[in-house]
Amino acid sequence: MTQTVIVIIYLALLLTLGYLSGRMFRGNSNDYFVASRSIGPTVLFMSIFGTTMTAFAMVGSTAESFRVGIGTYGKIASSSALIHSACFFLVGLPLWALGKRNGFHTQIEFFRARFESSKLGYLLFPILVGLIIPYLLVGLMGAGSVMQGVTRGAFPEFFPSTGGAVPPWLTCLVISGVVLYYIFAGGVRSAAWANTFQTLVFIIMGFIAFVTISAKLGGLQAASSMADPSKAVRAGNMTEMQFLSYCLIPLSVGMFPHLFQNCLTAKSAKSFRLTLVGHPLAIMLTWIPCILIGFWATGAVMPDGVTPVIPEGTSPNAVLGMMVGKLATPVIGGLVTAGIMAAIMSSLDSQFVAVGTMFTKDIVVHSYGPERFSESQLVLLARGFICAIVLVTYLLTLVEPRQVFSLGIWCFSGFAGLFPLIFAAIYWKKATKLGAYAAVIGGAASWLLMFQASGYGKNSSFMVAGVMPVAIVFATCAICMIAGSLLSQPPRQETLDKFFRKRVKV
Amino acid sequence: MSRALVVAIFLVLLVLHQDFWLRDNASLVLEIVPIGLAYHMSFTVLAALFWLAVVRLAWPYSHEDEDDQGGEQ
Repeated sequence: MTQTVIVIIYLALLLTLGYLSGRMFRGNSNDYFVASRSIGPTVLFMSIFGTTMTAFAMVGSTAESFRVGIGTYGKIASSSALIHSACFFLVGLPLWALGKRNGFHTQIEFFRARFESSKLGYLLFPILVGLIIPYLLVGLMGAGSVMQGVTRGAFPEFFPSTGGAVPPWLTCLVISGVVLYYIFAGGVRSAAWANTFQTLVFIIMGFIAFVTISAKLGGLQAASSMADPSKAVRAGNMTEMQFLSYCLIPLSVGMFPHLFQNCLTAKSAKSFRLTLVGHPLAIMLTWIPCILIGFWATGAVMPDGVTPVIPEGTSPNAVLGMMVGKLATPVIGGLVTAGIMAAIMSSLDSQFVAVGTMFTKDIVVHSYGPERFSESQLVLLARGFICAIVLVTYLLTLVEPRQVFSLGIWCFSGFAGLFPLIFAAIYWKKATKLGAYAAVIGGAASWLLMFQASGYGKNSSFMVAGVMPVAIVFATCAICMIAGSLLSQPPRQETLDKFFRKRVKV
Repeated sequence: MSRALVVAIFLVLLVLHQDFWLRDNASLVLEIVPIGLAYHMSFTVLAALFWLAVVRLAWPYSHEDEDDQGGEQ
């Protein structure tokens, strides 16, 4: 009960923040979509970091650490520390400069102009939106699992079928409603403000969870000594090729449409400096507590010294919620749950805004022309499409659940696999329209075939020839881009002059 | 810091990430953190220091670019 009340208070705070930032909204689509390109270094850093950390980082990392041990941190977090910043440096910065100069609001506008093809946008749109849906699913499913874990037994009269816990369908509904409210109030500006606040909340609450749980287990040393030693190593939990190919996953941030939009909100190139340096450290602060909690959960017992905290057969998704629910006081449990919700919502908001922007700019305005709709109609259209996508995602949360980590990896693999497309667009003058089409179709087809072969994410250990599917998608996309470009005429000089001016010196 | 040096350090970091030599070492640093995890925590700090060096010594944007701020307001 206490946990639920604290979460409700937190959600009310967010609604207030949404209301306040909505009052600053300038009423035009440029402010709604890219905050009039006015975001400074601190908010940019917090906003980008909050966006990249979702249920995957807290619920998923704890679950994966519980399942395959501490190698989880190396295979995804420490590689991200290096590669995410590389993406911001090599992709985010040039895109910010090109976006500002040419007035781009979305990735698709950039690709259409760079590859001189209007139809490329219609091909990319369903792929990018289709890949965002599993990402949204990860967030909503994570929120549902955690809330169910920490409220077990709290409302036996209302929810007897879940043992008195708040059911995932209700959590997903409330979370979606809150995020929709504050982004509708002020678009990407609201999302940036909310992200900044929520990033602080989830880092602090993660640390509180870590301290509280370790104290309850008898201290840091006692907690680690209880853990299963086989989970303290990579051997037996993952192969070296798997570990190596995981390094490609963080390249996904270079292709996330919502991060593209986040980058466009920057006030200046200098705004990115804090993000480059702070992002790796913030990853460590967020992931380490969760990885250790997952590791401790492999052998943790209740204060009676006999009963395991995590009963056999528990879903890995529920590990964080159960560790917090069973080992923290109700107040701490509520605060930590609010922190987890913060991590989840700080990604959902940017993703919601991004799909709305893409629909409005890349489909509606592109098809009907900029004069056909007024500014307020465009914002309304964006909101309508966002609601439709949220509804689809919500309905998907009601079908058979998947592991948060596994589903997240599939989503990231799709985006990371398309990285050669954006990299070639920025750095290779000979990259052509044919190459871009081949890269998108080849990458998407290989992803879809493997996703289907894995039982749509059901087989969480799915690999091809010992490597992660992302390596296959990435290689297919890169080969198609190179072959298609070499087999066709280079872009017009006029286009190249627009994208390869001397001022973009990265 | 030249572009070649930045690329070289980045590649060295990628190699250091693949710490196969700790693959089956289950010892705990300070009896708390598994050594494989402690290694990757140190790696993360190293990555942040690398990006600090890039920002300070190899920032590709000139003052002219830096001053060219949010012009759409």
